[in-house]
Amino acid sequence: MPPWFERHRLLIDFAVASLLRRKTRNGGLLAVYTLIVFVLGSIMLFGEAIRREAAAVLSGAPEVTAQAMRMGRHDFSTRADIQKLGRLLGITHIEGRLWGYHYDTASAANYTLQVPPAEDSAHALAPGETIVGEGVARLRKLTPGGYLFLVSAEGKLLKLKVKEMLPSASALVSSDLVLVSEPDFRSFCGLDPDVFTDIGMRVSNPQEVSKAAEKAALRLPGFRFVTRADMLRTYEALFSWREGLLLAVFAGALLAFVILAWDKASGLSAEERREIGILKGIGWDTGDVIAMKMGEGGLISVTAFLAGAVLAYGHVFLFSASLLEPVLKGWSTLYPRFPLTPSVDALELSTLAFFSIVPYMAAILVPVWRAASADPDAAMR
Amino acid sequence: MIELNDVTKVYNQGRANEVAAIRGVSLTVKAREVTVLKGPSGSGKTTLLTLIGCLARPTSGRVRLRGEAVSSLPEKFLAQLRRQTFGFIFQQHNLIRGVSALQNVMLPAYPLGLPHARLASKALELLAELGLEHRAGLTAEHLSGGEAQRVAIARALINGPEVIVADEPTANLDTALTQQFLEIVARFKSEGKTVLMTSHDPRIWQAPLADTVITLADGREAAA
Repeated sequence: MPPWFERHRLLIDFAVASLLRRKTRNGGLLAVYTLIVFVLGSIMLFGEAIRREAAAVLSGAPEVTAQAMRMGRHDFSTRADIQKLGRLLGITHIEGRLWGYHYDTASAANYTLQVPPAEDSAHALAPGETIVGEGVARLRKLTPGGYLFLVSAEGKLLKLKVKEMLPSASALVSSDLVLVSEPDFRSFCGLDPDVFTDIGMRVSNPQEVSKAAEKAALRLPGFRFVTRADMLRTYEALFSWREGLLLAVFAGALLAFVILAWDKASGLSAEERREIGILKGIGWDTGDVIAMKMGEGGLISVTAFLAGAVLAYGHVFLFSASLLEPVLKGWSTLYPRFPLTPSVDALELSTLAFFSIVPYMAAILVPVWRAASADPDAAMR
Repeated sequence: MIELNDVTKVYNQGRANEVAAIRGVSLTVKAREVTVLKGPSGSGKTTLLTLIGCLARPTSGRVRLRGEAVSSLPEKFLAQLRRQTFGFIFQQHNLIRGVSALQNVMLPAYPLGLPHARLASKALELLAELGLEHRAGLTAEHLSGGEAQRVAIARALINGPEVIVADEPTANLDTALTQQFLEIVARFKSEGKTVLMTSHDPRIWQAPLADTVITLADGREAAA
C-alpha cells in the first residue's frame, strides 16, 4: 500500500479512537445531527415526491379549462358558450364539465362531486351508481357494492351504489372525490340541463396549449382560461409554501443545533489543544493534525448525513412520511393516504449533503488550524 | 552536534506578564554524549530543552543542529526534525489518554505511512525491551507512573532518533525506577545516541554516565 494511503489510514484510525474516547459527547452530537438531517431530508424528499405525484396525477386533466367569470367570481358555463368556441385549430375535444363541493354533515367533511368526462369510458356511470375516492371510502367505511347516502342542501336524499373505489395512487387529488352520473349530479345540485361548472379542452400539441387558450379567449372574452401547467404550478406553489412553512418552524431548532455544533466544533477544549501540542511535539506536522481532526469531523458529519438521509428515505417512502403528513399534505378529515413513488433527486441530495457536511467541516477547520499552527510547547502549556 | 548562540526566550513579550525565561545562553551539546541541564525550579531548564528540541522558537539568538540554523526553519521542517532526529520524553509523560500503550508508542510514526502491521510489531518489540509487552493493550490512564514513563521512552524511540531529549525523567520515580532509567540511558549512550536531560536530581547529574553537566540559574548559564 502506498505510504500516502497508509498514513491516512493510520490518521483515520486515530480519529476513530479519538471519537470513541469521547463517546458520550460525540454520540449526543451525532444523534442530534442525524435528527436534523432526518427532518430536513424528510421535508425535502416529501416535498419533491408530492410535487412529482401531483404532476403525474394531473397529466390526465384537460390541457385547458375555461371558467366563466361574473363580478370576479366563478360562474356557470352554458351550452351556448361551448357552441361559441366551435371548432378551433389544435383543440381536439371540448366538453362541459360538472363538478362541485358538498359538505357532508354526517362525516363533517367536504366531498368533491364530479361527473366523469364522456371520453373516460372506464369510469362511466349509470344513474344511482358512484365511484369514490380513497378518503371518502375510508371515512364512510365503503366497499364496492355498498351504498353512499348524501343529503342535498334542499334535504333531498341521494342513494348511490358504490361501483368501485379510485386507486390510492391518485389519492392526492382524488381522496375526497365522489363520481356520479350527470342526471344524479344535476338533480342533487338542482342544476338546469343547460349549464356546466366549466369547460375542458384537449389540445393535441403540448407546445400549442397557450396559443390555443389565447385563441379560445378571443371567442369567450369573459372567461378565465387555466392551463394544466398553471394548475401544476399552483400545486407546486402550495406544497413549496407548506415546505417553507415547516422549514421556518424548524429553523429555530436548526439554529440551536448550528450554535451547538459550532460551539463543539470551534471551541477546542483545553485537553484537545494539549493533545494537539503532544502530537506536534512527537513529530506530527500541522497538516497531519488537520487531516486527523478533519477525519473526526468528516466521520461525524458524513455518518449523520448518511444515517439522516436513509432514515428520511424510509420515513417518506416506506412510512408515507407519517410524522410530516398533516403539515405537508394539509389538515383535513379526508387528507389523502397514498404511497409515494420512491425517487431521489441527485441535486436535492447533493444540496442536503452540502448543507449538512460543509458548514460543520468549516467550523472545525479554523480552530484546529490555529491550534495546530502554534508551537507544540505553546499548545501543550 | 547542537549549538546555541546567545539564545533568549521571552514569554508574553510586550505584555504585563512578560517573562524572560532564557537570557542569552550559549552552549554546545556534543554528539554521542549525555548532557544534563541542572538547576532549581524556574531556572529555565525545560524552556531551554524545548528550544533545543524545536518545540519552540527562540525570541533571539540561534540554535544550530549539525551546523545548520534550525530556529528559523519553516514549521514543516521543524516537524520533520522532531519526528526523525529527536525523541522526547516529557516530564508528565504526555501520553494520550484513552489510547492504548501500543498506539501511544506508534503515534510518532503515523505520519511516515509505514504499514500498520510493521509499525505495531516494532512498537511491541520496544515495549518488550522495556518489559511492558503485557501492558500493551492498556490505556494510558491505567498505567502506573513507572510504566507510563517506559511507554513514553518507547514512544521516543519508535522513529530511531539520534537525540533523546528528556525533561525531568526521574521526577516521579522511586530509587529502583530511577536506577532502571539510568540503565536505559547507558544503553542509549552505548548505541551512540546523544542524550540531553534536565534534572535537579543529584542521582542523575552525579551519575558517571553524565558527560557534561550545565547549570542554569535565572535563565542563564551559571558556574557549576
